[in-house]
Amino acid sequence: MAKQTNPDVPIKKQGYWAYTWHMMKVNKGCYGLLAPFMILFLICTAVPVVMSLPMSFTNFNMIQSPKWVGLSNFYTLFLNDSVFLIAVRNTLIFAIFTGPFAYVLSFLVAWLINEMNSFLKTFFTFVFYAPSMTTSVYVTWQLILSGDQNGYLNAILIDLGFISTPVQWLTDTTYILGVCIVVQLWMSMGAGFLAIRAGFQNIDKSMYEAGAIEGIKNRWQELFKITIPSMGPQLLFAAVNQIATSFTVGIVGQQLFGLPSTDYSAHTIMNHATDYGSVRYEMGYASAICFVLFLAMLLANKGVNWLLGKYVD
Amino acid sequence: MARKRKKQSIDTMKVKDKKKKINGSVGGDVCIFIFLVLLGIFMVFPIYYSVVQSLKPTEELFVFPPKLYVLNPTTKNYSDLFKVAAEYTVPLSRYIFNSLFTTIVICVCNVFVTCMAAFVLSKCKFPGVKVINRIIVIALLFQSQATWIMQFLVYSTLHIIDTYWVLILPYIATAMNLYLMRQSMSTINDSMIEAAKVDGAGLFRICWTIVVPNSKPAIMTIIIFAFQQAWNINGGSVIYSEEYKTLPTIVQQISLAGLARQGVTFASAVLLLIPPLVVFFIAQGNVMETMANSGMKD
Repeated sequence: MAKQTNPDVPIKKQGYWAYTWHMMKVNKGCYGLLAPFMILFLICTAVPVVMSLPMSFTNFNMIQSPKWVGLSNFYTLFLNDSVFLIAVRNTLIFAIFTGPFAYVLSFLVAWLINEMNSFLKTFFTFVFYAPSMTTSVYVTWQLILSGDQNGYLNAILIDLGFISTPVQWLTDTTYILGVCIVVQLWMSMGAGFLAIRAGFQNIDKSMYEAGAIEGIKNRWQELFKITIPSMGPQLLFAAVNQIATSFTVGIVGQQLFGLPSTDYSAHTIMNHATDYGSVRYEMGYASAICFVLFLAMLLANKGVNWLLGKYVD
Repeated sequence: MARKRKKQSIDTMKVKDKKKKINGSVGGDVCIFIFLVLLGIFMVFPIYYSVVQSLKPTEELFVFPPKLYVLNPTTKNYSDLFKVAAEYTVPLSRYIFNSLFTTIVICVCNVFVTCMAAFVLSKCKFPGVKVINRIIVIALLFQSQATWIMQFLVYSTLHIIDTYWVLILPYIATAMNLYLMRQSMSTINDSMIEAAKVDGAGLFRICWTIVVPNSKPAIMTIIIFAFQQAWNINGGSVIYSEEYKTLPTIVQQISLAGLARQGVTFASAVLLLIPPLVVFFIAQGNVMETMANSGMKD
């Protein structure tokens, strides 16, 4: 533990650890205020994330104590579990559509809204953000996409003459993935969208006037030369949010198509982990799946930081 | 500084509104407006349709082709909801109480815990502050739905499964709220804090009498985010006893009945849907102000 500090010698000269310990004692009030949050944060976020690695080397069924099995979970996961590979493929497809695509869409919408008057701004922000607040509207989607004639989409398409028999949107494997992407996109304008929307208000308006004098001709030039470079930090925050949601897609699919969906056609890594974690109680294997997912999210985060880093001073 | 910047941005916004845009054509404006309206209709339609369905009397619910509006609106579906729930072992009011109770406790605790931590992390220098700040930024990635399978292990070790604790605990300390709070608190002027320190106020006093009253928009924002999360908690896999179940679980159960209870299903979905929308609508200005500080600068 800490050495007894000598009052005659200035504290900074007594070495790094003594100094740190001294600073910790001086600031003990800070730790007091921080403690309630940090304790709950450790229990609910840090421990579960970190634990996924050691647990993934074990075989654990929640009843007997965990048994060490080395790398065998990972071996099974990548070489013997064909469903996992489908899940990886689906997750990547979702990640691309609800990640970059939804991100660009959020930016585009925020940008277009920004040029309107303040009433329309408020109104449209509400309209676009509203779906991400709702988790119960899947019942409406179920109805719209329902396979019988009551399904709204089928009714419209039959009325217009595009199709003659109802399409099974929620069970036909050719449509499931597409349907899930649409619903997910619908819900994707969350906190990131708000951050980008607010970011536009931060930009110094005199920049645009200066730009106009310097010879910027149209909206697009203004966008790439002024707007994007001046809101890097907001874009980064929105991107992190987008990663957090797009890699964990799965709950919507579970509600719409059931778990597992027909032929695993909308099965994501998250669904796979749910399947093993809370249906079969093979927690070791579920941990390995989660660990792979966490690793992928961290990597995506690094990539985004690298991409947007030049706009963040 | 926060004040100054806020005022400035509002001023410039007004100027911008009055003045004609520097760039852009009328044709472009019309196209943009049409695009936004179409996209907006796509976004709103499912929500609108749920509300309409929940107000339809039985004979209108099954009309073919389905109607987009309701001719004779009725609240019968809502009163039926209570009757349907009466068949369960606990009355519907219990589920509503559970949802309200957990939501209120989560919001209050979340604000209390987050304010103190955010104040310390943004305004104090002590060993470990940089590391913790970095961890919080990384933790933004791991929001609850990513970690809940692993959380299950922790809760079963703590023996809190199938109690109120498991509904409340995970949503009190959220990285997202701490991050937003910290960002907005760091714009508060240091001189006020210094002055209070000279007057002999402790950290706890400074936090609650100076910093917190000056970050009302941020507090409103984290209440809204906590509320959205808490109101939608579906304790499906951690709650087995009927008396601890919340509203989302019951909506799911009712919706499994399918066509037979369509009106009731939509009534319950709307019941779940409306509160977050209303709360957000009221406090939107505060949220936008807080999000303006959300940028990641490292």
